[in-house]
Amino acid sequence: MIINHPILGPRDSQEFTYLGDASLIDRPDWQADNAADQFHDYLYLRDNPAGEHRELWFHEQGDRSWLVVTRNTVTHEILNVELARDVARARGRSK
Amino acid sequence: MGKIDNHGLKAISPLGGHEPRVDVFTGLQIREVTDRALASLAARQGSEDAVKSAAASYLGGALPEAAGWSEHGVFAAWWMGPDLWMVSAPHDSHELMAADLKQAVGEAGSVVEQTDGWCRFDMEGPRCFDVLERLCNANVRAGKAGDATRTSMEHLGVFLLCQTPGQGYSIIGPRSSAGSLHHALVAAAKSVI
Repeated sequence: MIINHPILGPRDSQEFTYLGDASLIDRPDWQADNAADQFHDYLYLRDNPAGEHRELWFHEQGDRSWLVVTRNTVTHEILNVELARDVARARGRSK
Repeated sequence: MGKIDNHGLKAISPLGGHEPRVDVFTGLQIREVTDRALASLAARQGSEDAVKSAAASYLGGALPEAAGWSEHGVFAAWWMGPDLWMVSAPHDSHELMAADLKQAVGEAGSVVEQTDGWCRFDMEGPRCFDVLERLCNANVRAGKAGDATRTSMEHLGVFLLCQTPGQGYSIIGPRSSAGSLHHALVAAAKSVI
């Protein structure tokens, strides 16, 4: 499997490690009134789609950047690769 | 941070010798390089342009682009990751480079002294492609001078800098694993030469 790194171009997936669902970026506000419920959902509830899935990958044997990889879990086709920090900033996650 | 002279101690190389190790094969030389000072430079968020211009005036030229390395006079620098570079200079004349670089970039960047964290082996000679392609994922045959690739050799994260394609490379890896990295380089060379 080849991951097309947004900065470095095509790289073998053996250089990367997998973390999990990209929804991990959307960490709840710990000060919210229902923070306990939100964290329960954040930690334990995951979609398990047969099809397109957005995932966090880490380029451990490369430039050490975190990526959001959109992958089809049925065909393993990789549809899109973005820098996770760009995704996070676009969602207002990074100050 | 100050320069310590006349302490009566003799430095050893990452491989533990008093002189840098050299291994010679037909068409290939692997040479331990111990005379470079290193410091990493990271741009703080929102200060990317400020760091680039401050570093450019300190180094005498622009920081390298992604996946590249460049040289300006005594300084060399390579790209390590987004907004992160390693700067190098001769150790004898620039032992305090990290402090000087921090002065130059001020609050715009973070600088960490890295000299003793790494070991460096320079590989020279016409058999470089044959040896490197057995060691790492990097597409060395498609590479060009000025490429800086972070890859892995012998399960170690290393930087591979290309000076002359097929003829001259620097391999920089973790100092605490210098023996393992050196073993891998020599074993790969012996397997093809």
